[in-house]
Amino acid sequence: MNGREINWTALIIVVLLFVVVAVMGFLAAKWRRGSEVEGLHSLDEWGLGGRGFGTWITWFLLGGDLYTAYTFVAVPAAMWATGAVSGFFAVPYTIVLYPIIFIIMSRLWSVSHRHGYVTSADFVGGRYGSRWLSLAVAVTGIVATMPYIALQLVGIKAVLTVLGLGSSGNVLLTDLPLILAFVVLAAYTYTSGLRAPAMIAVVKDLLIYLAVIVAVIYLPIKFGGWDTIFNSAQAKLGTVSQATGKPAGAFIPGAANYSAYWSLALGSAMALFMYPHSVTAVLASKARNTIRRNAAILPLYSLMLGFLALLGFVAIQAGTKPIDLDGSVNPQLVVPQLFLDHFPAWFAGIALAAIAIGALVPAAIMSIAAANMFTRNIYRDFIRPDVDARTEAKVSKIVSLVVKVGALVFVIAMDQSAAINMQLLGGIWILQTFPAVVAGLYTRWFDRWALLAGWAVGIIFGTVSAYNVVNPVTKAHFGGSVAAIPGTDFSVYIAVSAFALNLVVAVVLTVVLRALKVRTGEDLTRPTDYAADETDPKVVQIEQTQHYTQPGGPSPVA
Amino acid sequence: MSHAGDSNFGANGEAFPHGTPLSRDTAIRGPARPAPYIGAGVLLAAAILLPLMPQLYSFDAPRLGGMPFFYWYQLAWVPVSAVLTGTAYWLVNKEDRRRRAEARAGGAPKVGGTSAGAGLGGDRP
Repeated sequence: MNGREINWTALIIVVLLFVVVAVMGFLAAKWRRGSEVEGLHSLDEWGLGGRGFGTWITWFLLGGDLYTAYTFVAVPAAMWATGAVSGFFAVPYTIVLYPIIFIIMSRLWSVSHRHGYVTSADFVGGRYGSRWLSLAVAVTGIVATMPYIALQLVGIKAVLTVLGLGSSGNVLLTDLPLILAFVVLAAYTYTSGLRAPAMIAVVKDLLIYLAVIVAVIYLPIKFGGWDTIFNSAQAKLGTVSQATGKPAGAFIPGAANYSAYWSLALGSAMALFMYPHSVTAVLASKARNTIRRNAAILPLYSLMLGFLALLGFVAIQAGTKPIDLDGSVNPQLVVPQLFLDHFPAWFAGIALAAIAIGALVPAAIMSIAAANMFTRNIYRDFIRPDVDARTEAKVSKIVSLVVKVGALVFVIAMDQSAAINMQLLGGIWILQTFPAVVAGLYTRWFDRWALLAGWAVGIIFGTVSAYNVVNPVTKAHFGGSVAAIPGTDFSVYIAVSAFALNLVVAVVLTVVLRALKVRTGEDLTRPTDYAADETDPKVVQIEQTQHYTQPGGPSPVA
Repeated sequence: MSHAGDSNFGANGEAFPHGTPLSRDTAIRGPARPAPYIGAGVLLAAAILLPLMPQLYSFDAPRLGGMPFFYWYQLAWVPVSAVLTGTAYWLVNKEDRRRRAEARAGGAPKVGGTSAGAGLGGDRP
C-alpha cells in the first residue's frame, strides 16, 4: 500500500543539511567559552550556555525554541482541515505573547541573575520558601515538556514520510531514520549543552525564512492569486460534513466562536513562557534588557508563522493530497507535500530540511530544560541537598538523555494521537503554574499552600474537562481544547477556565490561611533583586564581601 | 541555596574595595517617575487587548489583494505590535537609566561601592 517513491534529490539535500548541523552541534561545545572554564561542568555553562547570549543570538534561540517543527506542520494542517479558529488563532497568540513577556520576563531574569536560579521552580522555591510548591512547578514543567518533545519527532516523521522513507510493513525500518536522527541529537546535546541548539537555531531559522518567503511569493502567483486561494478555502470550509451536519470548518469566525478564538490565543500566550524551555532561553540571555529588546524584534517570526498558516489554504487550492503510509488522510503532511509537489526537488529538500532541523532545536532545548528542572528541584531539593555544581551538570546531562529516549519511545510505541492528547493536556497543566511564578514576581501576598491547592484544583479541573470533550466523529475523548464553562454555554479554552478557578482558590485560601495565622515560608529574595542587571553583583558575591568586612574577619586584600 | 558557579568569582570579590557597605538592600535604582511606566503600560495593554477582540475584525470585507479583512488585519497587527512594544522599551529603558544614574550619584559615601559594582559588567566576557 506504499505508493511513495523515494525522492532522492530532496533526500540527499536533507541528509547533507542534517550532517552540517550535527557537526555544528558538536563544535558548539567550544563556542564562546571563557578560557578559564574547563569543560561544561556547571548548569550555568552546560544548561544555560554560560548565561551570556546577546540580543541576536537570543533572537535566533527563542525563535528556534518557540516556533517548532510541530508548529510548522500543525498550524497549516489545522488551517487546511478546520480553518481559522483552530489554526489562525496562532497569529493573535504570538502577537499578544510579546507584550506579556516584555512585562514579566525581565523581572524573572533579574531575580535569577542575583540568585543563580536556573529554572522557574528555583525561583518559586526561593520566593516562597517551599520546596513542595517548587516541586509542583518542576513536575508540571517536566510532564508538560515530554509530549512536546515527542511532537517534534512527529514533525520529523511528517518530513520523512513525504520523502518516501519508511514503509508501513517493517516497523523497525520505518523508524530507523528517526532513531538515528535522535541519537545524533542526544549526543551533541550531551556534549555541548545549550550552545548546540543556539548555534543550530541560526541555520534553521535562516532556512525556514528562505522557504516561507519563496513559497508565499511564488505559490499564490502559480495558483491564481490570493483571491482564488481564499475563495476555494471558503468553499471547502463551508461544505457541510455528513458526520456532524455542521460546516467542515470556520473561514471567518462567527460570533459563537469569538470566545474560543481569543481565549485560545490568550491562554496559549500566557502558558508558553511557563514552559521550562522558554525560561531556559530567557535565563541564558546576557542582560535584563535582552529579553525586552527581543519582545520588539521576535514578532518577525509571527509574521512568518502567519504566512505559513496561509499555506494551508494554498494547499486547498492546489489540491494537495496528504496521504499517509497506510493510505489514510493525514493533514500534518500538507505542508511538506505542498513543497514537494510544486517546487524543484532541491528546493523542496531545503524546505523539508528546515522543518526537520526545526525539530532538533526545540527538542534539544526542551530536554536540557527538563533535565535542569529535575536536577535542581528534585535531585538537589529532595535527594542530595549538598550537591556541587559539577555533579549537577553531570546529572543534568544524563537526565537529558533519559528525557529524549522517553520521548522517542512515546512516539514509536504509542499512537501518534497519544502524543497530541498529552500535549493538549500539557498546555492546560503548564498554565496552572502561572499564579505561583508570575504573581511571585510582583508580590509575596499569596500563601504557598494556597498556591499549591489552586494548582491542584486547576490541574484536576482541566484534566477532567479535557477528557469530557468528545470528538463528534470518532467519539474519542480529548477531542479538543475548548469547552463551555460549567453551567453556561460560553465556550473557552479549558486552560483559561482552569486558570481562573486556580486563581480563585489561591486567593480565597490565602485569606483563610492568613486569618488562621499559618506560618509563611522564608523569602530569600529582596525588592532590589527584581531590578538587578548584569552589572549588579550576585548574592553570593555580596555575601562574600560581607564576610570579608565583618569585624575580625580575614582581610579581603592579602 | 544558589550555586552560581561563576567563573569570575575571585575577580568579582576583588572588585569591591574592603569596607564598602554594599549589602543585599543597597538600592540599585532611584525612585521611579510614574509617567514613563503609565505610558508604556497603555501601549502594552493596547498590544495585548486589541488583537484579542475578534468582534473588531472578524469580517470578510474589505479584502486587500484578495485577502479577507480578518486575515490581513491580524497580519498587519504584527508590525504594529512590534512598534508598540519597541516604544514601550524606549520609554522604560530611558527611565531605568535615569534611575540607575540617580542611585549611583545619590549615595555619595557609597560611590566607591556602586561604581565598582557598575564596573563589574566590563570585566565579564
